[in-house]
Amino acid sequence: MNFFLQLVVTGFALGMVYALVAIGFVIILKCSNAFNIAQGHFVMIGGYLGYTFLVTFGLPIWATLVMAVVAAIIMGLLIERLTLRPLVGQPELAIIMMTIALASVLEGLATLIWGGEYKTYHGLLPTVALKLGEISVPPESLIGLIVSIVAVAILMLLFRYTKIGLAMRATAEDLQVVQSVGIRATTVYAVSWVIACVVGVIGGILLGGVSGVMIPLAEIGLKAFAVVLLGGVNSIGGAIVAGIILGVLENVAAGYLDPLLPRGGLAQVFPFIVMIIVLIFKPHGLFGLVRIERI
Amino acid sequence: MAIFRTRLDWGMLFAFLIFLLICPLFFSDRILTIMTMIGIAIISVHGLNILTGYCGQISIGHVGFMAVGAYTSAILTAKLGWPFWAALPCAALAAGMAGLIFGLPSLKIKGFYLIMATIAAHFIIIWLILQLYYVTGGPDGLAVPKPRIGSMVLKSKVSYFYLVMTIATLATLLAKNIVRTRAGRAFVAIRDNDLAAEVMGISLWNYKLQAFFIGCVYAGVAGALLVHYYGFASVDQFPFMDSVWYLGMLIVGGMGSTSGAIFGAVSLKLLDEMVTIVGPVLSAVVAAQAAASLALITRGLVIILFLIFEPRGLAHRWGMIKAYYRLWPFSHEE
Repeated sequence: MNFFLQLVVTGFALGMVYALVAIGFVIILKCSNAFNIAQGHFVMIGGYLGYTFLVTFGLPIWATLVMAVVAAIIMGLLIERLTLRPLVGQPELAIIMMTIALASVLEGLATLIWGGEYKTYHGLLPTVALKLGEISVPPESLIGLIVSIVAVAILMLLFRYTKIGLAMRATAEDLQVVQSVGIRATTVYAVSWVIACVVGVIGGILLGGVSGVMIPLAEIGLKAFAVVLLGGVNSIGGAIVAGIILGVLENVAAGYLDPLLPRGGLAQVFPFIVMIIVLIFKPHGLFGLVRIERI
Repeated sequence: MAIFRTRLDWGMLFAFLIFLLICPLFFSDRILTIMTMIGIAIISVHGLNILTGYCGQISIGHVGFMAVGAYTSAILTAKLGWPFWAALPCAALAAGMAGLIFGLPSLKIKGFYLIMATIAAHFIIIWLILQLYYVTGGPDGLAVPKPRIGSMVLKSKVSYFYLVMTIATLATLLAKNIVRTRAGRAFVAIRDNDLAAEVMGISLWNYKLQAFFIGCVYAGVAGALLVHYYGFASVDQFPFMDSVWYLGMLIVGGMGSTSGAIFGAVSLKLLDEMVTIVGPVLSAVVAAQAAASLALITRGLVIILFLIFEPRGLAHRWGMIKAYYRLWPFSHEE
């Protein structure tokens, strides 16, 4: 029983990390209908930025967060202006390929600047290690939970009660209508990319503080897509619920089935299996908007 | 309408074939290796072009299907002692079947969702290959015999160059013809408007799966040729980012055009070669990690620049140049 509970708790922690990545993805999708494959790379860059500010420059934690957010805002604005804006109105494939190319460039830059090495700054961030009976709670679960819930709360308020939030939702619905009523679509796009970058970078700093940062961290972005699809691509709350479900399922399945498989490694592929199943049986996910269309 | 319409077309075709035939006389083994790799890439990109360029079903799992073909051929020749010529069609068929299975979601979903399904396909295929280690060798890989004709073993670079170029030429002709058949026109109709296509009586179920099957058959042939060239099969030969790179070749070359697939494969493979030459120099001058990052950055930048400035690819540019000279002296820039 303890083994099972430990798997659930660790899975919960993993799920919160997935959810953090997935939220940034959903924001871009909600505003500009663009699928951002590079979201995992924002997280990776965030982790390295945290290393630079905390270790290389020796800044305190609050200054690191401020500097990282500033860097993320600049990064978001540059990415939107230079790569995504020329593609407004282009087919979906062009935008997806653009974000994939962007991921490649970001990975290259990270390799160039930080050498692609494993960096860690464990102990510099305040972490909480809890023990419930015999089950140890991994510190990333608490951090992930707090940051995800705060991020989701802020974003839900933003989307529901502010003017820019309304404009963002409208832009995703119909670009032409939005422009004809006088909303600047370019501002909306810029804001959405900035928010996604900020969420990704903050998530990256927290993750880096817990488990270190390296280039393959970006692959978490691909796994987070399973979360996004399970939760429904345009539901922010769904990302959290699906993140927890997937993290726990993945951990429990890997814990019990890996010893039975000749090579194990089920955790690496589990999100993708879930992805295929969701896509075949429930393409709109648990909380997604069901669009009725014939295919 | 015939593929080769004028005497000039026929002349150029024969000139090109003769050029390929006498290539090994002039070029070193290194250049022949590059050309062999380009040939394999062309076969693979033709498949992706039929699936994505003509039928509009975007796949980022192409390398996974190449791996299916590669391992089928490798297991049949290495473990069961089949000849290469019998194993190659089986490899193509196996990759095609894998394509049918992972093409099933395409009946319910499209666009981004389908991309996700094909990405998932790649990781599941690679994981399965690692799991079945008693036949595939898992992470240790599998030694693969070289193909042979009668008693002659194709182990020199020159003989393998001829083999790949023959298959690549046949694959190109086949691809050019497939898109002119009823199925090919159905693919284009589905790409342009699937609803209208269905109303016209095109069975989406049938033709989408056909597109997946044909595209993956090409991938399987390319994968099999790749492992037989190296004489070794390993999952490291099929990294995920290569799928993206094949799609990049399609974008640079021009989607939905057979010549575009060739333009894209040739130009991006040459760019890769340039990076491998320049990379070590940069590493020595700037920093040790420059070579690794240069490949990633140039690959990304090329795709970004083409998407922004020439979204219709090199094939479109080539058509413009041809039109310019045909209309001369009354030609004008668009």
